[in-house]
Amino acid sequence: MNWMRELARRLSMLTHRRQFDTDLEEEIRLHLELRQQQQIEHGLDPDHAQTAARRRFGNVTSLKEKSRSAWGWEWFEQLVEDMRYALRMLRKSPGFTAVAVLTLALGIGANTALFSVVNGVLLNPLPYRNSEQVVTLADWFPGYGEGSASYLDFLDWVRLNHTFSSLAAYRHDTFNLTGQGDAEQVTAMDVSASFFPLLSADPVLGRNFSSAEDQLGGPPAVILSGGYWKTKFGSSPDVLGKPLNLDGTDYTVVGVAPENFYFCCSSTGFRLSDVYVTIGASKDLPVRDRHMISIRAVGRMNQGVTLAQARADMDSVARSLGAAYPDTAKDTGIVVTPLQQVMVRDVRPFLLVLLAAVGFVLLIACVNVANLLLARSTGRGREFAIRTALGASRGRVIRQLLTESVLLAVAGGALGLLLASWGTRAALAALPGALPRANDVQLNPRVLLFTLAISLAAGVLFGLAPALKTSRPDLHGTLKEGGRGSSGARYRTQNIFVIVEMALAVVLLIGAGLTIRTLVGLWIASPGFDPHNVFSFRVGLPPSIGNADANTVRASLRQLTEKIAAVPGVSAVSLTTGAKPLDHESGLIFWREGRPKPPNEVSMPYALWYRVGPDYLKVMKIPLLRGRFLTTQDDANSTGVCVIDENFAQKFFGNEDPIGKRLNFTLVYNQPLQIVGIVGHVKQYGLDETSDAPMQAQFYMSPLQLPDDQLKTWAMPGFVIRTEGSPNAFAGAVRDALREFNSKAVLYQPETMDSVVARSLASRRFAMILLAVFAALALVLASIGIYGVVSYIAGQRAHEIGLRIALGAQRSHVLKLVLGQGARLALLGVLFGLAAAAGLTRLMTTILYGVSATDPLTFSAVAIVLTLVALVACYIPARRAMRVDPIVALRHD
Amino acid sequence: MHRDEIPPGTLYLLILKTLARSGELHGYEIANSIQQISDDVLQVEEGSLYPALQRMLIKGWVTAAWGTTAGNRRARYYQLTAAGRKQLTVELSQFQRVIGAVTRVVEAV
Repeated sequence: MNWMRELARRLSMLTHRRQFDTDLEEEIRLHLELRQQQQIEHGLDPDHAQTAARRRFGNVTSLKEKSRSAWGWEWFEQLVEDMRYALRMLRKSPGFTAVAVLTLALGIGANTALFSVVNGVLLNPLPYRNSEQVVTLADWFPGYGEGSASYLDFLDWVRLNHTFSSLAAYRHDTFNLTGQGDAEQVTAMDVSASFFPLLSADPVLGRNFSSAEDQLGGPPAVILSGGYWKTKFGSSPDVLGKPLNLDGTDYTVVGVAPENFYFCCSSTGFRLSDVYVTIGASKDLPVRDRHMISIRAVGRMNQGVTLAQARADMDSVARSLGAAYPDTAKDTGIVVTPLQQVMVRDVRPFLLVLLAAVGFVLLIACVNVANLLLARSTGRGREFAIRTALGASRGRVIRQLLTESVLLAVAGGALGLLLASWGTRAALAALPGALPRANDVQLNPRVLLFTLAISLAAGVLFGLAPALKTSRPDLHGTLKEGGRGSSGARYRTQNIFVIVEMALAVVLLIGAGLTIRTLVGLWIASPGFDPHNVFSFRVGLPPSIGNADANTVRASLRQLTEKIAAVPGVSAVSLTTGAKPLDHESGLIFWREGRPKPPNEVSMPYALWYRVGPDYLKVMKIPLLRGRFLTTQDDANSTGVCVIDENFAQKFFGNEDPIGKRLNFTLVYNQPLQIVGIVGHVKQYGLDETSDAPMQAQFYMSPLQLPDDQLKTWAMPGFVIRTEGSPNAFAGAVRDALREFNSKAVLYQPETMDSVVARSLASRRFAMILLAVFAALALVLASIGIYGVVSYIAGQRAHEIGLRIALGAQRSHVLKLVLGQGARLALLGVLFGLAAAAGLTRLMTTILYGVSATDPLTFSAVAIVLTLVALVACYIPARRAMRVDPIVALRHD
Repeated sequence: MHRDEIPPGTLYLLILKTLARSGELHGYEIANSIQQISDDVLQVEEGSLYPALQRMLIKGWVTAAWGTTAGNRRARYYQLTAAGRKQLTVELSQFQRVIGAVTRVVEAV
């Protein structure tokens, strides 16, 4: 407590420094006057008395100093003094200050912006209570990897586990909402009743689902998302208890989730759901069937349970399920992953590469400012020589210079903060969906602290070298020479700086170049189909059709297809359900007829299952390689047929001819289907699909040949159409056609296949754009840097150059001399940069595709571009040097 | 007249003791008081009182307040605090221990 009171006294002195000085002054004056008085009384004359008083008192100035310094604020006063001086110096050269602050603002701003993204996406804990206890659970299948699980298995997980306080299943769903203005499609999640409590999301209105509502036959209940409640119902509390008609069933609104409630996992994109319903009450077939996998789960581990314990526990659950249900669960596993890891899995490598890149930009900015300071400090050599001669210590001079550079950096940081807050908002708005947790990206105290820290670090970093150099002036030489340098060694630091920043720029440009090559490669790579001029949408059918008997459904689908085909400008139409490239997966297990049936489902192979119409190949422009595709004759009355892709043929038939062979799909079809054709492979998982993607084999069937029970729930078939001209213009015409077909049919999810492709590249594009911006920034800064140094050195050598010209040197020689000097620096920088890049780009292989990390084309292109840019930057000062008028240069001093 | 420099480290003790004896004093009075009581033997470099007083203010041994002298002039008066009194006993016992030891060494035959 004593030290606190002492600190309080010291602080109060600090705030009353002026008062302190006058008080001390008065006190000492009184003392001196009283002593003088006394001496006069002793018989001295006033003058002698004063002298005597002063002698007895001692050195007034130094004693005042000591009294002040007792309070321990000397450093602070010096700092204030240094700052004042620094401000004055910076104000005296506004051009220099502006360039330096702007350079730093760019560097620090870029870092702040990216850090705020990294902080929001990777570092911030998820907005759930004790979020480290929350994990996701998924099934693991031999030969496939991680995938969805069956709901019935999930119920067994709940029953058999010992390490989770709560488990909740979820799956994504869509509904057709009617009775609330225009019919619309809502995105939904089917969840367990435990879902919201597990994620610590208390409803802002109403309540969570009850366990009765999470049972088959339970009362249909719906929870609105906060965002949907706001946009659709204007945040009205009256919505509670009201019915919401989803796919023809009335669901009672029981609650509203918080608006900031956030839950998504990588496979779903970063889209938020509009409404939530209970999964347990779902009449949907897959939920009742152990063969059907459709859900994933989140779990909250018990207090004190480690991830390893939870994993071991779920391993034993998986083993007992495997024993109980060998057909579906033998040798399968359960994958437990921390939720945060799942959410950021896809963007983490991008962000880390970007963070490294942006760090390089700041380094280059620092080197540039250091160069500026160095050039300036040579001009200030006299000033510091004088100060040193007058007794300033070296440390004092360094401190003074560092104060100046830190002041610059802090000003740059403040401006950078503005740039960052504006830039982050702009970038996230321009590229929606590129990042998960985009809402969590903001300038919070941690980001501000980061900015302050890097500003200070940058200030010291770029200030130190010039300060050290300046503070060791050759006193004698500088004062005598009048501040004009001559020896070559003095430019060594500048030269090293130029080399370093050229090298940094090379690394950045190569990184950006590789990313751009990756993306361009992906863009021109064929996904196996032609996405241009393809329009995709879904149709919400009224319950009167969706719930009708199978033959009515078949007839309706055929009619609908004809209606859409009749729209002018539509050259081909196809129904599409099940798997859809870059959008939706659906798989089915099978085995070859005539081969022994595998002992259980788990050991059967599976393939992607596309249910499409006869014109699908025409719409998507997928090549037919052999045999025929599905035709209109392949309907419920004819033999079941299917078409496979080249990978399927290769993998399961090898050199045999698959056509005419038959496949068993016993989960769905009682009769085997005959293979009638082979088509080209489609990249289901994105343009960057690699050969280790889980399901490679693909097959196509006609939805009209589906067994009756599979046609029961057909509320929302999808379509793709090939259009003449831009597909964007077709939404209206298609909508009209639908209305003509049935007044209650609604158009959903209209989008072009091009935009589906673009969306699949969103994260990559985000990374590429930012990397390109950073690299451009680096290029500009590095060119300014080399330009600055070469013109500075040329300027310093004007005297020498003038002399050379006067002695008869050719002007072209002078040009070559200066240019050569710059070129040597640039080349050295490029060489070092290439070497560094060769080592560093290996770290970004995860975000590259189809291009090697040491791609010779990128490396050589960057080397050439940067050398050329550097030469241009050097050419300007070289020309100026060439035109030096020897008379002016020699007379100058 | 020859005056001795005060032994190092005893300035606090002298000021504390002087204030303990006389209550409120200003700087000049403290200097005079030390001199007079020591029969002019102890000569404080008068100015050095002031840094010492500042340090004692920081430590909280004394407080200062502006008042008026007999000659009707503004002066800063120093007064001992409870902490100052405690410090005085500490300094005093320390001083006596040192002096005792020095005396024994000097008088040993």
